[in-house]
Amino acid sequence: MSLLEIEKLTVDIGGTPILKGIDLSIAAGETVGLVGESGSGKSMTALTVMRLLPHRARASGRVIFDGIDILAATEERMCELRGDDIGMVFQEPMTALNPVKTIGEQVAEGIRWHTGAGRAEAEERARRILDRVGLPEAKFPLSRYPHELSGGQRQRVVIAIACALKPKLLIADEPTTALDVVLQKQILDLLRDLVQENRMGLLLISHDLAVVTDMSDRVTIMRHGEVMEEGETARTLSGQVHPYTRQLAEASMHVPARTIPRVYDRQAPLLEVNNVVREYPGRRVSLLRKGTPTRAVDDVSFTIHPGQSTALVGRSGCGKSTLARMILALDRPTAGSIRLSGEELTTKDEAALKPLRRNMQVVFQDPYGSFDPRHRVERLVAEPLHLLDRRIGVAERREMVAAALHEVGLSSRDMDKYPHEFSGGQRQRISIARAIITRPKLVVADEPVSALDVSIRAQILDLFADLNQRLGVAYLFITHDLTVARAITDDVLVMHDGRIVERGRTADVLDDPQSDAAKDLVAAAPDLHRAIARRLREQG
Amino acid sequence: MTAYLLKRLLIGAATMVVASLVVFAVLEILPGDPAQLMLGMNATPDALAALREQMGLNQPLLFRYLDWVGGLLTLDLGRSYTYSVPVRDLVAERLVVSLPLAIIALFLSTAIALPVGIFAAARRGRAGDAVSMGAAQLGVAIPNFWFALLLIYTFAVWLRLVPAGGFPGWGGGVWPALKALILPAVALALPQAAILARVTRSALIEVLGEDYIRTARAKGMPRRYVLWRHALRNAMIPVLTILGLQFAFLLAGTIIIENVFYLPGLGRLVFQAITQRDLIVVESVVMLLVAAVIVVNFLVDLSYALVDPRLRIRT
Repeated sequence: MSLLEIEKLTVDIGGTPILKGIDLSIAAGETVGLVGESGSGKSMTALTVMRLLPHRARASGRVIFDGIDILAATEERMCELRGDDIGMVFQEPMTALNPVKTIGEQVAEGIRWHTGAGRAEAEERARRILDRVGLPEAKFPLSRYPHELSGGQRQRVVIAIACALKPKLLIADEPTTALDVVLQKQILDLLRDLVQENRMGLLLISHDLAVVTDMSDRVTIMRHGEVMEEGETARTLSGQVHPYTRQLAEASMHVPARTIPRVYDRQAPLLEVNNVVREYPGRRVSLLRKGTPTRAVDDVSFTIHPGQSTALVGRSGCGKSTLARMILALDRPTAGSIRLSGEELTTKDEAALKPLRRNMQVVFQDPYGSFDPRHRVERLVAEPLHLLDRRIGVAERREMVAAALHEVGLSSRDMDKYPHEFSGGQRQRISIARAIITRPKLVVADEPVSALDVSIRAQILDLFADLNQRLGVAYLFITHDLTVARAITDDVLVMHDGRIVERGRTADVLDDPQSDAAKDLVAAAPDLHRAIARRLREQG
Repeated sequence: MTAYLLKRLLIGAATMVVASLVVFAVLEILPGDPAQLMLGMNATPDALAALREQMGLNQPLLFRYLDWVGGLLTLDLGRSYTYSVPVRDLVAERLVVSLPLAIIALFLSTAIALPVGIFAAARRGRAGDAVSMGAAQLGVAIPNFWFALLLIYTFAVWLRLVPAGGFPGWGGGVWPALKALILPAVALALPQAAILARVTRSALIEVLGEDYIRTARAKGMPRRYVLWRHALRNAMIPVLTILGLQFAFLLAGTIIIENVFYLPGLGRLVFQAITQRDLIVVESVVMLLVAAVIVVNFLVDLSYALVDPRLRIRT
């Protein structure tokens, strides 16, 4: 008999159907991947099993866990199950832990609650599980607070909480989405080991087909609250019989069609970064002694030619974004020079920078966060126009906005709408329209597709490629996702601890990395082809 | 932690200095000559000049400022122009009424507000929430002098449990003094409690939507446990901020209630001093209140650090 058996599960929230007859089963010790794009109902399925759905949600159908009817169980019974027989790991490690409690308290709490163990015994067990998830006592005593830990370390604490009592079922909802690829691999390896050690069932929820393929025995593919396809991982993904499965797989490996890049070296460079250093003052040792400064960016030099597309890859915290802020003249380097079209950025005041800003624009990761929700699209897209020397009339402004929207595949009718009326992908198109309206020579894109679903991501990558070819915009693509770098850039800079440790043609570096940092990134990057091949070997 | 506290202390001291400059400057600019006021409209110019000389009003500005600050530091606050008694005694006499009153009112307000706010947040959207927040709305809306009259009528006139007004002093024992303060304290506390309850509720509701609350629930902790053990402490920062502001108000903003209950408190003292141009009393009381606010704010900052470990490393 299955450990978890979901039959015809239907959930609606305030009358809006969220899940429409989901079937899913997990055997003891089995890993099942649940894949789908945002809004497909993956998380709601998981929360139903935990009975932690939002207030107004109504669930019907059957959810049987270990012989217990979950939908009919009392709240007391559910409290016994949660954390003891079913553990759950969440997406956002930065906010998943209570900031005012130590990690020891937070791990021991569940142990005490479920086993009735005394404080000392619970702490002893908390210590053991923290050791097990890779947080040794010497560096991570129980008295640490969450803010003293990095994102990856916090996710280990969350995993320790979920696995402390060796649950029969572990639910991991996008456990690595907020982490860089190297951390992702470490966390996934840890989950795999824990599941094997304790013969736990694992429900792994992810939007990343490669991750799921790599980890799961079986996959369930969801869309709009329905199961599209379900089956053994190897067969489902190698066959790709179902059209939606094929569509997902193709989108996640999508490479935009680009002509072979030109040779740039004969032109004058567009952007020259020379020996740039950025230091931040360290925490004071005492009132009188300053701490040693931290070097976020350490002696970085590179050039970008007009129309060249360059990737800046590296793990989170390596200094990528700090470097980008300095290039955009939002921050000044401690030392070194940055020139755009031959003009020095680092010494100019805001007024003198204005004509230069028109030539460099930015696209951020989260398009929604960078829009004022009370402004119409026309005003949002027109924002950079104040950088132009001449005044723009109302009619001309509308014309320019319409042209920019058209350029990114939106209609001029969209001008009078508000940001919330658009989907995530459309919003990213709006932010690209805003970036190109002044016809900049350089666009800095900071993880521009990592918040998007794979099919939307493929479209946005196409758009970037297209604008690069048609308008000759040069890109600096900041990303930790190597498939993005491979899809859209000619050259790559690998950054590690504030330094550029490797550079070259994107394909060369990613196929044959030389530096340790680049090797780590390449080895950790999920790859659907490789994952399917491995599954096929194992599952026949 | 030490650096955090030291910094708060320095900011407090700097605020004191700036406040003393402002208070001194404002009262210098205000129309009305204290000497003229003391002697009346018919005083001879000679008598006026002599009194001005005696009060030090002819000294250079800077000298008078330093003299005044020196006096504040040594608690020698000078003599009241109208009462002709040391200001220190005057203030001390009023403080023994106002300070206990403020403390009792603050205690009452907290004792009412926290349970109501927590109750409403736990029953968000249900009848209990609607009723308690409706009551809070009413508490904010009712004018407190009217509520005070209602209290007097019920507990003093009708039930005869407490006196209707006046203050017997602490000399006659603690109990009679407390009895005189209890009604004014309730009248003061009600609107404060209503505001604080609303703040508590909204802070709690916000915290209950956080990811770590879901993590705690996923551990198997029941809703009630999560509310008390995980949410409450995180919701305390805005509550403590409002509490600090309320104490400052309760110490000095009580003139109406003092009048209704005929209490010799600080509020009435300042009010009378202002109307009589008794500048030296006004200056002293205002500086006392500034000091009280700064001390309370320091305590609030200290409590922030106790509540939230993230503040302990920040400087």
